[in-house]
Amino acid sequence: MHRTVPFWQQALLSALLLGLFLGAWELAAGRGGGGTGVAVDPEYAALLGQAAAQGGQTPFPRPSEIAVRLWELLRDPFYVRGTNDQGIGVQVAYSLLRVAAGFGLAALVAIPLGFLIGMSPLLSGALNPFIQVLRPVSPLAWMPLALFTIKDSAISSIFVIFICSVWPMLLNTAFGVQSVRREWLNVARTLEAGTLRTAFRVILPAAAPTILTGMRISIGIAWLVIVAAEMLVGGTGIGYWVWNQWNNLSLSDIVIAILLIGIVGLLLDRALGAVQRLVAWQD
Amino acid sequence: MQHPYVSFEGVTRAYPGHVVFRDLWFGVNRGEFVCLVGHSGCGKTTVLNILAGLDAPNAGGVIVDGQEISGPSLDRAVIFQGHALMPWMTAEQNVAFALSCRHPGWGKAKLRDAARAALEKVGLGQAADRKPAMLSGGMKQRVGIARALAIEPKMLLMDEPFSALDALTRGALQDEVARLVAEANQTAFMITHDVDEAILLADRILLMTNGPDARCAEVVMNTLPKPRNRATLHKLPGYHALRDHILEFLLTRSRTLAGTRPADWDPKSPPDVRPADAPLPAAAE
Repeated sequence: MHRTVPFWQQALLSALLLGLFLGAWELAAGRGGGGTGVAVDPEYAALLGQAAAQGGQTPFPRPSEIAVRLWELLRDPFYVRGTNDQGIGVQVAYSLLRVAAGFGLAALVAIPLGFLIGMSPLLSGALNPFIQVLRPVSPLAWMPLALFTIKDSAISSIFVIFICSVWPMLLNTAFGVQSVRREWLNVARTLEAGTLRTAFRVILPAAAPTILTGMRISIGIAWLVIVAAEMLVGGTGIGYWVWNQWNNLSLSDIVIAILLIGIVGLLLDRALGAVQRLVAWQD
Repeated sequence: MQHPYVSFEGVTRAYPGHVVFRDLWFGVNRGEFVCLVGHSGCGKTTVLNILAGLDAPNAGGVIVDGQEISGPSLDRAVIFQGHALMPWMTAEQNVAFALSCRHPGWGKAKLRDAARAALEKVGLGQAADRKPAMLSGGMKQRVGIARALAIEPKMLLMDEPFSALDALTRGALQDEVARLVAEANQTAFMITHDVDEAILLADRILLMTNGPDARCAEVVMNTLPKPRNRATLHKLPGYHALRDHILEFLLTRSRTLAGTRPADWDPKSPPDVRPADAPLPAAAE
């Protein structure tokens, strides 16, 4: 049995766990070794930083340091100082733009095609082998082919988003259309509703919740994949930014990026969840 | 005799290795209410689906208004067994959807007014904005009736429309259908296995033997005077004879007659019987 628990209890426990976690982290990530104190060549030290030149290790950032850095980043998220120094907001915006483009194109292809597959057993049988083989392929495996044919890294990453978000939408749309109840189709037939009217007034609303489920899965996958794709192609975007901060050994920034990616992903999912509630129907 | 509005002419429906019914002949006249009674599995619903145009016979044909039917038509509205309302539309939108199919040129306001009027007719004016999930079973079926009648069909087809309802609701809806059909002098064909429902509504009752290979064994003429209503129906002279005759058919003869076809059997004219007339001379004695 699942008892209902008051919201404040859940929230309190969440806050408590977070506090414990951050506190333990704060204590555990003490200052790393300050180096051996051995004198080094001042030019070498200028190049690497005093601590590193003396053999010291970059310490893992403490939550308090990350919070300070987060404040810095969020105070001016949209600055642009050259190609390699842009605000975190700009990077997230680039990533979102690519996801929107790839996901939008995928929806434009997958929903009509899924509709046809759902309505035509012939097409469903004919296309099924291709879908089954291509669906499990990691979208990043397409990247070299995309780079070779498209020759533009930005568009290639959009293509990768397209290819990873097309499958769940395609399969869910086809499934939703196939599962439209016989009796509703019979109603439409006895009313001589015609193909278009039946498609838009009966099948589409009947299948809409299933289609939205597919879109929700797709946007989740797309947001996972964009980070990896941007790490590969570089230039802009939150994925590239993560990789760049790794090269800078700015671990605080990476923790912040992880947090940000999580929150944006959550918001994307919630947005589609809201649309799903709009089209949901109850039998 | 005039040409019947509907005529089934030698209709056979079979699946591989399984004949549902064979060589079925009957007619429905304009303004007449015909019920088809039989056990589950005798192909009642298949008969209705063929008449609706949702299914096609393997042999024979169905003539409606002088033309062989080839598919569904707005002239033959169906009230389905499950209400078959679209759950994402309100009651009003369900009816308006049907109306928009009948009248593609109508604007939104006109459709809405006509849908409201159709719902008022079945006593659902106040529930027009509710979705089916918010309606009771009887109300849903009322919407189904409103939807079928709104498009002003030449014929109404009903596939056990009240079988899923509780007895009280069923009775109320039977009276409602009797009233609406009589008002519009609507030609109607109904599938049922409820004997009282058939006696209340029908002018003629076709009795089908059990399947497979079912046939229409006889046609019971319901000579009880109209209009009938449930409250007084069972007091009419002849009611019990009529009811006993149909019950007896359902309980035993539908089984014993199944499969065998008497030598003098003419599928084109199954025998007419008038059990309700019989007791009159007996009562006079």
